Order: sequence, then structure tokens, then C-alpha cells
Amino acid sequence: MRGVSTPAMIYRTLGLSVLSGCSRRSQRFKLYAVIFCALSTSQAQVTADRLLNSAKEPQNWLTYSGDYSGRRFSALDQIKIDNAHTIVAKWVYQTGATGKFETTPLVVDGILYASGPDNRAFALDARTGRPIWMYQRQVPPDIRPCCGRVNRGVAILGDKVFFGTLDAHVIALDAKTGAVRWDATAADYRTGHSFTVAPLAVKNLIIIGISGGEYGVRGFIDAYDADTGERKWRFYTVPGPGEPGHDTWESDSWKVGGAPAWNTGTYDPATNQIFWPTGNPAPSNRGEGRAGDNLYSNSLLALNADIGKLNWYFQFTKHDEHDWDATQVPILIDTNGKKLIAQADRNGYFYVIDRTNGKLISATPYGKTTWSDSKDSDGRPVANKTASPTLEGHTVCPGALGTTNYMPPAYDPQTELFYVTARDQCDIFSTAPQPYEAGHAFYGSAYFPSEEAKPYLGFLKAIDPATGEVKQKFQHTSPTWSGVLSTAGGLVFTGDAEGNFIAFDAASLKPQWHFQMGGAVYAGPMAYAVDGKEYVAIAAGSAIYAFGLP
Amino acid sequence: MSRHSWVVGVVFLATICIAQDQNPLANYPKAAKAGESEFRINCALCHGLGARGGGRGPDLTRAQKKHAHNDAEMFQIISNGIPGTAMPANGTNGQGVGMTDTEIWQIISYIRSQEVKASAKASGDSAHGKQLFFGDGNCSMCHMVDGKGGRLGPDLTGVGGSRTREALIDSIRNPSRRLAWGLTESTKEFPQEYETVTAVTHDGKQVKGVTLNEDSFTVQVMDSGEHIYLLEKNKLKSFQKSRESMMPKYDVEVLSDKEVDDIVAYLVSVGAK
Repeated sequence: MRGVSTPAMIYRTLGLSVLSGCSRRSQRFKLYAVIFCALSTSQAQVTADRLLNSAKEPQNWLTYSGDYSGRRFSALDQIKIDNAHTIVAKWVYQTGATGKFETTPLVVDGILYASGPDNRAFALDARTGRPIWMYQRQVPPDIRPCCGRVNRGVAILGDKVFFGTLDAHVIALDAKTGAVRWDATAADYRTGHSFTVAPLAVKNLIIIGISGGEYGVRGFIDAYDADTGERKWRFYTVPGPGEPGHDTWESDSWKVGGAPAWNTGTYDPATNQIFWPTGNPAPSNRGEGRAGDNLYSNSLLALNADIGKLNWYFQFTKHDEHDWDATQVPILIDTNGKKLIAQADRNGYFYVIDRTNGKLISATPYGKTTWSDSKDSDGRPVANKTASPTLEGHTVCPGALGTTNYMPPAYDPQTELFYVTARDQCDIFSTAPQPYEAGHAFYGSAYFPSEEAKPYLGFLKAIDPATGEVKQKFQHTSPTWSGVLSTAGGLVFTGDAEGNFIAFDAASLKPQWHFQMGGAVYAGPMAYAVDGKEYVAIAAGSAIYAFGLP
Repeated sequence: MSRHSWVVGVVFLATICIAQDQNPLANYPKAAKAGESEFRINCALCHGLGARGGGRGPDLTRAQKKHAHNDAEMFQIISNGIPGTAMPANGTNGQGVGMTDTEIWQIISYIRSQEVKASAKASGDSAHGKQLFFGDGNCSMCHMVDGKGGRLGPDLTGVGGSRTREALIDSIRNPSRRLAWGLTESTKEFPQEYETVTAVTHDGKQVKGVTLNEDSFTVQVMDSGEHIYLLEKNKLKSFQKSRESMMPKYDVEVLSDKEVDDIVAYLVSVGAK
């Protein structure tokens, strides 16, 4: 039997007990009741309009990247360069989980919602870190997540919190209790399908993309009715017979073509389009047997949000053989009347695209790359023939982990800079042919960090989207998997592999403050405010940390 | 349940029980071939292509393994890792895909197919190697074996069991080519290495040693006197790191090929215990 769900573990705080008594008509406490009930109604009633107008409530962090543009910028400015050196830890919440903690929490009206490893989701008092409820769904012993039993976050809409599970279910939880409101099965986890991505709530839809590029799944992006859990549309990222793009796959290779969609896309309300990036074709490191461009792997897709119809696509790496998923958060940037979308891609190039039509404007390397010496007529870097993996193995930069990876970047409208975590590491790519077998790893190649490339370098880089130029950089002690937050206080925050959380001057990238959290960072930072006080939060080790002014 | 399915069930159960002790794929030549791909993807990073050992993991072509004496133990080690070493449990290195039981057995089939049955006889004189290690070779000034020796370099008690002879010779002749792995922090993807640090403190004192650990703001260093310095980088006058090992290069004028062979024979004799 699959998909057995454990009962939610519910911790009721004093506050919620008081709220639960709101229906009583006690004269003496009527006034209090009115106030509490008003508070309870506003809590977690996140309408689609609130998501559209998230800029009006900078105290809340309503979606994975902070807002629909994906820029992970907080308009809060209480914590700023002048006082950053005084930042202190406010609370720590220990999940007790093991494995990488990749979540970005949401905060709505004083309550923090987050997901954790092993199908966890929970709600905390955002002022104190004290738990309100915790939900955990049983993880089947035979799940096959590619890269850890991770989850990157939840979405919120109405009175429900949504997240995807390692066994490929989409679950809606009651925002107040953590009780399951609906449970939709998207795919069979035994064939390597899983969810690790934070969903995106748009209008009344919960949009989510599948993981499993290392298992030869046929990738898709789904939209579910937030009220009922009914699936409203599915876009297969590998076109089937008769569909445009199907001829970019050799014979039956499309059936196991990969192109998963495991990082959260962005949304442009003006054109009602979601922009969702896709991952590697399968097998990830061997092109033999899947001749062609392999659409829509490693692409940015512009889809009509209501019906999931493809408006345009841009493929970053054609016929990828290096596992360079294009699953990085694409950021909407409006500048000089131009409507752009920018993506710092895993293949080492920073792309700026006209989001009205998908036409490439520029592609500039922002890290060490050796795979392309030429560009096509659109200006897109083209892979050298010699970059393909060989049996003996040879070195290509970037390595399989890419110049960046899933860690979310940030765009600061004040400095007009794009901040991204970057890595310089080259790998030796060596073929290791494998037949496809359902539910088994399907790499087709092995890769090893190249000794000559040691030490592997890690950076925080600030890129000017107007030119693609790296304006500033900070070199970490070793490469990090942390995302980046920028704030109106003139600060940029990120974490490192050694466990530090660091605040930088957004203009110079000079560290202003740091705190040792005792665990490596794999998550994205975010900011919120409660009772007029600003907090910055991030997951590290197996805990969530919140920081603020003394 | 019919009688027939009962019988099938018992046979199946018996097969599973046997499978825990022996490789159920041992008699399938194709299993070793399939295991080669799995090995390249999951194991070769540390154990080298062909299982002949790499900078981090031991040579698995030796018939005698340090931690696994039969297929069942090897299965357990691949599944659960070896605590206190860089050998991770299946599926926990954060990058790769966890293997199924069948894939693990395929890997064991492959490793068995690569084993050299007659163990290569160490050519050196281990007794003389021990004399050199603790005497004229000066190795024990920085390295420990069996609790005796210095602390600046890695403890070499087990190194003979976990590195190839070639890797040991290369480390003596060219110590900077591949710096040894130092403190293994579970939180870090790539542990700290034995890099050389030269720092000048605010009061002008020069510190030269190897990094015990480091982050962007602090560094912990041991010098040749085995003194540990805990330094905050922003309070230093200067800070430099180098991948030139503090270990001197032992070329043929310092140690002949025969002498290096003897030292390696000594390390292998200790490490194989």
C-alpha cells in the first residue's frame, strides 16, 4: 500500500486556543473576541490578490522567492548597513531532521510556514520560533530521490498550505492545524518521480514541477485546483508524438527523456504567463541514443497560467551531456521600458531574455567555462564537439554541479545588480553506459572533480544585467549551496558551507556581520517583520535561525 | 493461499535469507558488467576507475579487505558506510542516487571480478622501514604510527591499508601533488586539506603551520612545534595560504628507491593489521 499518511502532530499554542473560543458570546470579553476573531480571520487568509500585491505587505514573505518576480528582495530597511554589525540571533527551531535542509520559509501575519527533509511541514510563531503544528507524511522505504530527501518550501493560498512530497503527492494542509485537506497523487514514486520544489500559487491554482531527471522520468509541470486538489492542467516538458518538438528526440528516447521541473518558476500577471525552468535530458551525461536538441530539456518555458499552453521557450543548453539542469529561478526585471527575464544558468552563462517573446538579448559567462567557443545566430553559446564525455574521461568546466545550481539568486532594484552563488569547479566526464530500467539510476556517465581544478572556488557574485559583467565578488572559503537575499537596507545575505550566515554591503560585497550557525547552508534566506520588528531567517544544519536587531 | 504458492513463498524466503550472506548474483557474469557502470558512477570518485584506489579510498582489487571479510559485510558497508571515515552510507553523499539492493550486489560482483587473487608481495624490508620512519627518515617528527610520533601531519597507522603502494610512494616523493584530506566535517562537501598557512598577527608574530580548520572569518593552525593557534582573520596583519605542503620533498638523494620501498613496506605491514 502506498502513500500512507501519518496523523498530523498538532501543537496548540495558547494563542490558538484563545482563537478557538471566538464563537462564544461572552459579553465581558466581547471586545477581545472581536479583536481576536478579526486577527484569526486575517491570519492565513492569503487571497490571490494579496499574492499579486505582495509589495504592499513587506512584513510578509508570501511565496518562495518573496514575490512573483522572483527577485528575493525585501523592502524592509530596519536592518541596514549602519546597524548590521549589531544583528543578534532571535530564535532557533530544531527540526530533528537529518539531511540537507533546503527550505525557504514563508511568513504570513506573524506565522512562519516551512517544509523540511523527509516530507515535513510545520508552522511556527515567527517571533519566538515556538511550534504551532507539525505535519509529517510517512516516507515509503523505496523512494528514489536523486539528491537527498529534501524539500525547498511550501506555497500558501486561502487558508491552506501546499507542498509536494518525496513520493510525488501534492498535499494541501490546513494552515491553522496542519491537518490534510486534500491529497493528490501526481505520479508513481517507484519510477523515480518525486517532488522537492516549492509550489507556486497563481490565482486559484497550485503549480508544481516534477523531479526525477536521474531516473528517466518524462518531465511535467502540473496545476491543481487549490480548493479541491483536482488537476487542471499538465504540461509535459518532453513533447509526445505529433507535438511540436517531438522530432528533437531519437526514436523512443522521449519516453524516458527527463527534463524535470524541480525549481520554482516566476509569474508575470501582466501577461498571465508563468516562467518555469526545466532540467537535464535523461540519461543526464550521455547523449548517445537521444540525438537531437531534446526539447524542452534545459529550457525556460513561458506558459499560459490558466491552461498550461506553451507561448515560447528558450533552450539554454541543447542536447546536454553534462547534467546542466537549467533549473535556476528566472528573475523578472523591468528596466528602461524593457520587460526582461534573467537567469544565471548552471552552464556558466548569465542569460538576459526579452520575456515578451523569448528572444535572447545577451549571454555572458559569469564563471569558469570551457565548453563553448562559439555562438549561434541568436547569440546562444554552442557546445564544442570536444566537450562530450569520453570513455577515458576528460575535463570540462563547469563541472556537473554547475556554476550555480538550485540555490535561489536575488535581484536588488536599488543597486540594479543580480546576486548569485557561484562555483568554479571542473569535472572529468567519463561515459558509463547504462540501459534504462524503471526506478533505477539513469546517468549514463560518471564524473569526478578534476584534481587540477583544486581547490574548488566558491563565490557570491554581483552581475550587472545591463552588461552581463560581474561587478563585485566575494570568495567563500569553499563553495556554498546557499541562496541569496537582498534587502532595502542596502544589504545582501547569504550562508556558507562552513555554517556562517553573512550580511554584506550590497554595493561592495564587503561582509558587515556574520554568525556561526554550526551547520552548512543549503537554503534560501528571507526577511519578514512582526510587531514592527524586522527579522532575517535561514535554514542551516537541521534548524531554522531567525536574526534581528538587539 | 494454495499449497503451490506456499511452496513458492518458502523457496523465495529461503533465497532472501541466503542472499543476506552471499551475493545472489555471484554466478551471473553480466552482473559484474552492470556493476562496472554503477561503480564508476557511485564509487570511482574515491576508489578510482578499475577499483584500484584513489586519493581518498582504498584499493579494492586486493582480495583481503580491511573492513569487509565476505560479501555480506561488503553489502553492509556499502549500505551503511563506515563511521569515522569518508565512506558514506548509500545515497547519503548528497549528490548521487541511492542504489537498490540489486545494484549493490552488482557492484560487489564487479569488485570481486577485479580482485587480484595473489596479493602483491611488498618488496621492501619493513623492519628497516620502521627504523627509517622513526630514525633517519625523520617521518615520525610529524607523523604518528601506533600512537608514536608527531601530530603535524596525518596519522599513518592505517594508511598502508587504505592507499595503494603507488599513492604512498607519490606522497613521499611529491607531497604537494595531492594534499591529504584533513579534518572531515560532515557538514562540508570538501573537507579541509593540509594546506600551509603563513600569518602575521597584529603584534608582528609570524605563524606558519597547517590548517586544522578554516572558514571565512577564522582559521585554526598547528605549527611545527604542535602549538595550536586560533586566529581571527580580521585581526591579522597578513594571511596567506599555500598548497605547497609543509612536508619536505623526499627525492632520491634524501631517500633511495630502496629506502622508500622499505618505509612503504613498514606502513603496509602496520596498515594491514
